[in-house]
Amino acid sequence: MGTTILVAILFTGVIALLLGIIIGVVSKLFSVPSDPRVELVLGLLPGANCGGCGKAGCADFAKAVVAGECPPNKCPVSSSEQVSSIARALGIEAGSEFRQKAVVLCGGDVNQMKMLTLYNGVSDCVSASMIGGGPKSCAYGCLGMGSCARSCPFGAIEMINNLAVVHAELCVGCGACVKTCPRNLIKLVPADSEVHIYCSSPVKAPLKRQVCNVPCIGCRKCMKSGEEGQFEVDGFKIKVAYDHQPLPGAEVVDAASCPTGCLLTEKQHLAIERAEKPVVEEEVAS
Amino acid sequence: MSERVIPPKPLSFPGGIHPAKDGKGLTEHKAVEKAPLLEDYVVLVSQNVGAPPKVTVKKGDAVKKGDILAEAGGFVSAALHSPTSGVITDIGEAPGPMGVNVPAIFIKADGLDEWSDKLPAGLNWREASADELKSRIASSGIVGMGGAAFPTHVKLSPPPDKKIDCVILNGAECEPYLTADHRLMVETPERVLAGAAIMGKILGVENIAIGVELNKPDAIAALEARAQEYGVKIVGLKVQYPQGSEKQLIYAITGRCVPTGGLPMDAGCVVQNVATAAAIYDAVAEGHPLIERVVTITGDIVVNPGNYLVRIGTPVIKLVEWASGVKSEPRKLILGGPMMGFAQKSYNVPVSKNTSGVLLLGGAEIIQYESSSCIRCGMCVRGCPMHLSPGPLSMLIENEKFDLAGQNHVMDCLECGACAYACPAHRPLVQHMRRAKAEIRRAGKK
Repeated sequence: MGTTILVAILFTGVIALLLGIIIGVVSKLFSVPSDPRVELVLGLLPGANCGGCGKAGCADFAKAVVAGECPPNKCPVSSSEQVSSIARALGIEAGSEFRQKAVVLCGGDVNQMKMLTLYNGVSDCVSASMIGGGPKSCAYGCLGMGSCARSCPFGAIEMINNLAVVHAELCVGCGACVKTCPRNLIKLVPADSEVHIYCSSPVKAPLKRQVCNVPCIGCRKCMKSGEEGQFEVDGFKIKVAYDHQPLPGAEVVDAASCPTGCLLTEKQHLAIERAEKPVVEEEVAS
Repeated sequence: MSERVIPPKPLSFPGGIHPAKDGKGLTEHKAVEKAPLLEDYVVLVSQNVGAPPKVTVKKGDAVKKGDILAEAGGFVSAALHSPTSGVITDIGEAPGPMGVNVPAIFIKADGLDEWSDKLPAGLNWREASADELKSRIASSGIVGMGGAAFPTHVKLSPPPDKKIDCVILNGAECEPYLTADHRLMVETPERVLAGAAIMGKILGVENIAIGVELNKPDAIAALEARAQEYGVKIVGLKVQYPQGSEKQLIYAITGRCVPTGGLPMDAGCVVQNVATAAAIYDAVAEGHPLIERVVTITGDIVVNPGNYLVRIGTPVIKLVEWASGVKSEPRKLILGGPMMGFAQKSYNVPVSKNTSGVLLLGGAEIIQYESSSCIRCGMCVRGCPMHLSPGPLSMLIENEKFDLAGQNHVMDCLECGACAYACPAHRPLVQHMRRAKAEIRRAGKK
């Protein structure tokens, strides 16, 4: 009895020893030299794997930075301190900083647009856009089903009253949402811009008026009010010239006094969307 | 001892569903009424599958009934004709049946409703040559009027390596609520039969059959009374949805299977709708292009549901007016049947060549439900006439695994809606399939 146990222990022990030796030899023979700096940079990166840098993930980005293919400031998530600490660790230039953020250029929540039909289908913007463009009245506005909010790795997009709204303080400008929006409403803009025209509809003003309370009707009142070059005409609507110097926020909005209320600062936009309003009664068709 | 007679099983296909309430009783005994002339017509430019036709008129032009508004923009395309005489007031955009605005021609009628003098004279189809008949069909702008709107002359021009030995007419009208084809077959069976015979002549086929579901005994009787003269067989089919789908119809009548990704011509068949056949007869025998069709306006909440012979380009709102409006607020407006029709946002959407019905649903007919996770009951698999597994497919598609969905033959889905109808978890299965099909097509184009 005692010998049986002893034999078993001895047997497994010998096998373990043999396998251990094999593993040790193989790991020496087939070892892949890895750069310790990649590990170091990876440790300094946020690890969100958002893909905002254009690489497959943080590990891929770290490799590119170490190889010198990519400056560390390409990571849209890292703060400037994090970027400079990476640069210091590698002894390279951090590169000049240019930060972006996403903005959903539509102000049509359920209070501002009509709900034309009963929508019972998949709660996904791409699917909804394929069957008659979802229930909302504007064919160019936010579908309000939150595909962008689900795609955001940082939780920066909130769906308020069936409208996607970006919280600028959480947005890092990775651009994941830009790709998901089937209506191409989400734009990456300079992070220091404050004022936006919340409308992307390219159709003529009377048609926009029929479907939405807050369209850009292209009246050019904003263009005449402020500094030259802050706004530019884009078909039947006006767009903010983001490459122009940063706008001084609320003053621009006050000066323009937009008749439809689509020219707003981000704070005003958020405040409007959060405000409680009586929901417009459902209408089947116009 | 008397012998027990077991009636033969009616012809059908595997799978499918039978909606508990088919709603056909609302309109199936109402004769087709001729719709009054309107002042304004909105003719959508693209009413066919394939290349959109090229508009040949401009604002301010005077047109007569039957004049060409747009010429075929390629081989797989169909010409467009004026539904009445009048003036072109605008060429712009109007709400289309897919929910987005599409190019349209606006016509103000002059009230005279005069036929164009440019129309060709009627032919005697028994004497005319096959090419003559085919070019007449092409110039008359005829498309598949069952719903797909595929240009008819293309279907009648199979490539030489495909041997066609069978022409099948779809009189199944398996969609609940719709009775437009039913009334057409009851009231003018000779147009349907002659249209079928013309197609047989073009293709050089003797074997012509019209498949009609057994819930239309009056249509079967009306067709059978004259079928001998035209050399057409009338086949009664089991009442099962989607009996009127090409592939299912071919299987039910001939027992042949259309291969995956193939067309009816791969099974030696050409399938046309009965309304298309009637339009072919009009084009050939009278020289009239396709400018009007029978449309069912129905629904429980419609005051006076019925069938109307309406011009192409009639806004749906007018049909609702003719049917004396609605009893209560409609919650859904659908062009086509409840299974495959498209929900509309606007009452201003005009009737197209393939609009077989206008359905207004409200009250208890609309159930707003929450869809839940798949419970793996297999009801969708049993319902699918194409032998797919819609439940597992929908899960793949929800996770955007379109390539895997493609490997599982999502492209064979005909979007009949049997799976979604059967699903006790109310999963929007058809919408998932449509998404996957669109994504796979888009990936294929790149």
